[in-house]
Amino acid sequence: MSEVKFSKEHEWIILEGDVATIGITQHATEMLGDIVFAELPEKGSNVEKDGTAGVVESTKAASDVYTPVSGEVVDINQSIVDDPAKINEDPEGTAWFFKLKMKDISELDSLMNKEEYDKFAKESSS
Amino acid sequence: MEIKKTSLNKLHQDSQAKFVEFAGYEMPIQYSKGVIEEHKFTRSHAGIFDVSHMGQLFIYGNENLTSDLEKIFPLDLKNLQQNCSKYSFLMNEEAGIYDDLIITKLEDGYLIILNAACKEKDFEILSNILSKKYKMELSNDRALVAIQGPKAVEILNETINGVKNLSFMTGDWFDYNGQKLFVTRSGYTGEDGFEVSILNDLAEEFTKSLIKKGAELIGLGARDTLRLEAGLCLYGRDLDLNKTPVEANLKWAISKERLSNGGFVGSDKIINQIKEGAKQIRVGIKPEGRLIAREKTKIFNETELPIGEITSGTFGPSINGPIAMGYVDKEFSKIDTKILLEVRGKKHPANICKLPFYKKSYVKGVN
Repeated sequence: MSEVKFSKEHEWIILEGDVATIGITQHATEMLGDIVFAELPEKGSNVEKDGTAGVVESTKAASDVYTPVSGEVVDINQSIVDDPAKINEDPEGTAWFFKLKMKDISELDSLMNKEEYDKFAKESSS
Repeated sequence: MEIKKTSLNKLHQDSQAKFVEFAGYEMPIQYSKGVIEEHKFTRSHAGIFDVSHMGQLFIYGNENLTSDLEKIFPLDLKNLQQNCSKYSFLMNEEAGIYDDLIITKLEDGYLIILNAACKEKDFEILSNILSKKYKMELSNDRALVAIQGPKAVEILNETINGVKNLSFMTGDWFDYNGQKLFVTRSGYTGEDGFEVSILNDLAEEFTKSLIKKGAELIGLGARDTLRLEAGLCLYGRDLDLNKTPVEANLKWAISKERLSNGGFVGSDKIINQIKEGAKQIRVGIKPEGRLIAREKTKIFNETELPIGEITSGTFGPSINGPIAMGYVDKEFSKIDTKILLEVRGKKHPANICKLPFYKKSYVKGVN
């Protein structure tokens, strides 16, 4: 398993073989507040790096979820669609969003590591 | 313009509030527990809401003032008992709504609670109509603190003895630390509760005393989900100058006595609309599944023709599902009518439903 990487849109991604698991960060959930709706991409569809790949809504507003890399959606986490509160409970663990079969693994290179992301998140929220 | 702060601002900060700007004020949108927990706490215990940004307009005068206000508001103020409150509207000649408000008859005049974003304009409109015949004060020195929920009466009565004897939509003056407070049994959450008008200097200490007794501060986020579950309108979303009280399905707030003779601003239009029927009307809407349809979402009938627009939509924590209100063409306003909502380019099924989503538990009689 690779190290966890992070995007400026507050997604996390971890690679296992050529399949990446993607979700939103703890910091993102704290900014959003209570999440009450999640929409995920369709299994089998193709998504492009930095394109929208879903929606989350809090009681206050809707926010797009972006994919930090390109690929084919090979799995989605139906449990967060059925119970969106799970996203607030464990965003960087069991409440992952979708899995992609990556096209180009080098797309991970431009993403941030944990230390860089924590710094970025702190700066962007202050 | 510099952002305004209420007298409870420091208490909000100390309570880890997240702030937003609302009508020129720095107001708490939520505290550390978050909207859903705050909402549920209000429904099960007692929530405290800082609504000091709202306008508290005192107008002093006698029977002449009552007659003059009847030329403005569609209310039977002559027969309104002292200390009784009514929900009403400030309208233009076309019955478009400038603001919705609560008016209470006092011994020496009236107290009108106005929306924060509208209060300055309302003051101007009212001063012009009343042509400066009466002393009018848009209070700057009073905070307004609401306490709402099933435990509100018990908690508030410990601090202000006697409030438990107020019935719904009445108010009175009470003593608190040698100062006078005006307390009404009212609110905007669908719960039993009170609104307390208190001098700024006493507001923080008073609020802390409620917290000590088990009430908790609740932000504007939960205030919005609570009022929408209760089917109550938010000015600027569900009501504005392009909508009349008849279209807003608020006919119940117009006094029957006033409908026969009119004589208030907008009465011709109102009487005509009640006779002819309004083209569009406000309804409750329940999207199927978990989809949230927010304000400005387009509404279609089953054959995909446009029939209206959503004005408020969110997730209802006590309903545990999405809820909305909006305006639809009259012929599609019947309960259980199937409609479609266009969200992010796709049309999703929904149903017209009864309001409120959450059943009220107001206290009608005296305990």
